[in-house]
Amino acid sequence: MEKILEVNNLQVSFHTYAGDVKAVRGVSFELEKGETLAFVGESGCGKTVTAKAIMRLLQPPFAEIKKESKIMYQDKDVMKMSKKELQAYRGNDVGMIFQDPMTSLNPTMTIGKQIMESLMLHRKLDKKQAREEAIEMLRVVKISDAEKRVDDYPHQLSGGMRQRVMIAIALSCNPALLIADEPTTALDVTIQAQIMRLLGDLKKERDTAIILVTHDLGVVANFADRIQVMYAGQIIERGTAKEIFYHAKHPYTWALLASVPKLDTENKGELYALKGTPPDLILEMNHCPFADRCEYCMGICRETMPEETLVDGTHRVSCWLQHPSAPRVQSYYEKCGVREHE
Amino acid sequence: MQNIPIEKFQITGLNENSMEAASRPQVGYLRDAWMRLRKNKVATASLILLFVIVLMVMIGPKLSGYAFEQIDKTARNAAPCAKHWFGTDKLGRDIFARVWISGRVSLTIGVLGALICAVIGCIYGGIAAYFGGAVDTVMMRIVEILISVPYLIVVIVFSLVLQSKGILTLILAMTITGWCTMARFVRAQMLAIKNEEYILAAQALGVRPWKVILRHMIPNTLSTVIVSITFDIPGYIFSEAFLSYIGLGIQPPNTSWGVMASSAQSVFTFYPYQLFFPAVMIALTMLCFTLLGDGLRDALDPKLRK
Amino acid sequence: MNNQLIEVKDLCKYFPAGKGNTLKAVDHVNLTINRGETLGLVGESGCGKTTCGRTILKLYQPTAGQVIFDGKDISGLKGKELLKFKKRAQIIFQDPYSSLDPRMTIGEIIAEGMDVHCNYNKKERDAKVAELLNSVGMKEDYANRFAHELSGGQRQRVGIARALAVDPDFIVCDEPISALDVSIQAQVVNLLIKLQRERGLTYLFISHDLSMVRHISDRVGVMYLGSLVEMTGSGEIFAHPLHPYTKVLMSAIPVADPEANGSEEELEIKGEVPSPVHAPSGCKFRTRCSYATDICAQEVPELREVTEGHFVACHHCGESGEQQKNA
Repeated sequence: MEKILEVNNLQVSFHTYAGDVKAVRGVSFELEKGETLAFVGESGCGKTVTAKAIMRLLQPPFAEIKKESKIMYQDKDVMKMSKKELQAYRGNDVGMIFQDPMTSLNPTMTIGKQIMESLMLHRKLDKKQAREEAIEMLRVVKISDAEKRVDDYPHQLSGGMRQRVMIAIALSCNPALLIADEPTTALDVTIQAQIMRLLGDLKKERDTAIILVTHDLGVVANFADRIQVMYAGQIIERGTAKEIFYHAKHPYTWALLASVPKLDTENKGELYALKGTPPDLILEMNHCPFADRCEYCMGICRETMPEETLVDGTHRVSCWLQHPSAPRVQSYYEKCGVREHE
Repeated sequence: MQNIPIEKFQITGLNENSMEAASRPQVGYLRDAWMRLRKNKVATASLILLFVIVLMVMIGPKLSGYAFEQIDKTARNAAPCAKHWFGTDKLGRDIFARVWISGRVSLTIGVLGALICAVIGCIYGGIAAYFGGAVDTVMMRIVEILISVPYLIVVIVFSLVLQSKGILTLILAMTITGWCTMARFVRAQMLAIKNEEYILAAQALGVRPWKVILRHMIPNTLSTVIVSITFDIPGYIFSEAFLSYIGLGIQPPNTSWGVMASSAQSVFTFYPYQLFFPAVMIALTMLCFTLLGDGLRDALDPKLRK
Repeated sequence: MNNQLIEVKDLCKYFPAGKGNTLKAVDHVNLTINRGETLGLVGESGCGKTTCGRTILKLYQPTAGQVIFDGKDISGLKGKELLKFKKRAQIIFQDPYSSLDPRMTIGEIIAEGMDVHCNYNKKERDAKVAELLNSVGMKEDYANRFAHELSGGQRQRVGIARALAVDPDFIVCDEPISALDVSIQAQVVNLLIKLQRERGLTYLFISHDLSMVRHISDRVGVMYLGSLVEMTGSGEIFAHPLHPYTKVLMSAIPVADPEANGSEEELEIKGEVPSPVHAPSGCKFRTRCSYATDICAQEVPELREVTEGHFVACHHCGESGEQQKNA
């Protein structure tokens, strides 16, 4: 397999009056060609910031990517790119879709022009070719009447359609990597299903690698190849979808899985709920960030940061429960009777 | 990794206290705004300069040892010197003393005018925005009519009707239509706030309309109103100066920066300093208020809070 | 004693939409809510579920129809009577950020309702605020803090405490968990269920999160473009949805199971929700429905009881409850 993206020890800080908010704290991962990777976590866990950092979309001076961080796209060092290289990188190599399709389109331009803009810039097409290509792209994202729709303004389209247009723009230069930042959060369930199906089809047809950022485990379950669960700016567990859903090892992942009602949960029965709130990212943390909310917290958890340990295959977890001296615990999640897969 | 003592692996479970403790030191709204204002060098400098001007307006006249209407027959149209720091005018009155006395009038009119307009405008705009519908339409049409009346005419009519040209008449004449812009501004602000869910929550609780305006809508527009007052003050100061300059404002022996500039204008070619000092004061004060307003707007903007 | 707390009859709420058009946000909705039960109301954005909840509380004046609360028609209520109703029926909002006044302390926010309805002195008032904060799982010393110092979940708890402060019987929960993180959602839902048990509250739970609605509700109503299309017990609606729209909605719920999808056939829905200003004639769902025939364009389907306690508004639902496909 061909590796297309490698992120090493990514650290991002935001400067505020109260102090530096360390939003991403040493995230490392790799992405292979055509692979789908999901970042899952709650708001403020650093998943969106990581995605934006890969695109170099964070604005200095408020946000700062620390010097130790390394982002390699194929053989190019993203951190050292010049303005011009970045521009080519953003359109040609990596495309991005945002959460809110309303604000990410320019309301005063037709959608056709907005797609053509990037085609003319990156693929050096002339106006006529670009227009034809734009119509073709609208067909690819399954917008009916593409020839007519190409002259519509964003406000004439519904939310789902706008998100399709965003996908068309992101894919127009056939990037090898697509970053989707909560692409369905602002949409209704039926539209969400449509968009996810579209992304799935496109992934197969074009062999595009996708980084999907979301808070909803349900969305990624049958979409992502690999899942990385983030908490307080760190990846606390990673593995294939099956490993995460059926053999989760981190108490936080258990909680995420158990706090959503299942079809067989008793009506009005108590849901598993984490206590407290995530830690403030202004604080330095030299112990497990989840320790304060963890039912299985041990003495060591409040003293030392756990190292990432290999469970098996691609499944890694950062938790002291994996230490040979730690007690074996059965999670609330397992008690609930999740079927085991062998 | 193997030498961690086994006791460290006892499950201790949740610790309720530590859960709550892990939050950042709280920075209050005003403190946060103040910190942001202080970081803005231009705004801070303006604030200090304004403070100096206000201080001098209060104690300045005492420093020179001359009363503002006192005539020194030995030194008419004297240039600035050790005796008269800013020189004297054609009657031999000390310009240093007069500049600060004039400042009292100009600043009073500026601040008072802006404040009165803000109060009337807030109440009027608040009522129009809260009740909406027909009430809003009627109230806003009235405002539009009032705004279209040229204020010079209003001032002339007022000084004729009231047979006086004192500070009060001037303030009255300027605020009688001046609140209209503020009312429009406040209405727009409040319409935005009206859609916030806490207003709906108060209505669901059965809180009376006037209390909703008083407790929720006014406090939440206050910061933008303060900014707009700061921007309005220089306008009033200039209006006063302009009216006095063309002879519709403050009358001698009372004085203001506008009056001083007006009387100095006839001898400008011979004694430029007589115009220079009041003109600089007008310009400086207006500039300071505008720059301060700029800084306040940035500092109080909740969108910039992190 | 009559078991119905709320009866909504033919409720309509229209908004003028410019150019002489009307937006029928709520269009002839009939429903009843029994004492102590939770009625879930689901539907996609713009289907009128929020407007429906607010009109029931008389925050919006209904265009037509009646809301009968505890045997009394509330549309004509004024002054003291209206205040009495407001004390008994409260609301919790979706957005924990815009629903709390940023310039007031938490204590003041919670006490706002008490100041209107109860004559407490300062000591009683403080005690009550502390008690309420405890009952929603927060410490008393939060009373002196401001809303921006709290997290989303804490803010939503304050919103719940504000509603509870006047000891209501009925609470409209208007998407109370949509803006919260997954782990916090569970906290808030557990709290709502706990409070219902302790205080015998009746909820109208509005949400687009179907799995949460199923979890918390006794019965569920599905809305589409201002109309109620199906209503039945919460287990039943997931197990045997009858209306074509409900079927699509149910199949669109993402399942947190990587292997779940292969077995089940996914229903795809055509196109997107039409504008409520120009809603289709007859059955509003017909433009996207694969069973639609001529009758669907001509007649508005009535909500009728197909099996016991299971109401559906569809021309093609036979007694068996299955659509007959007429070509």
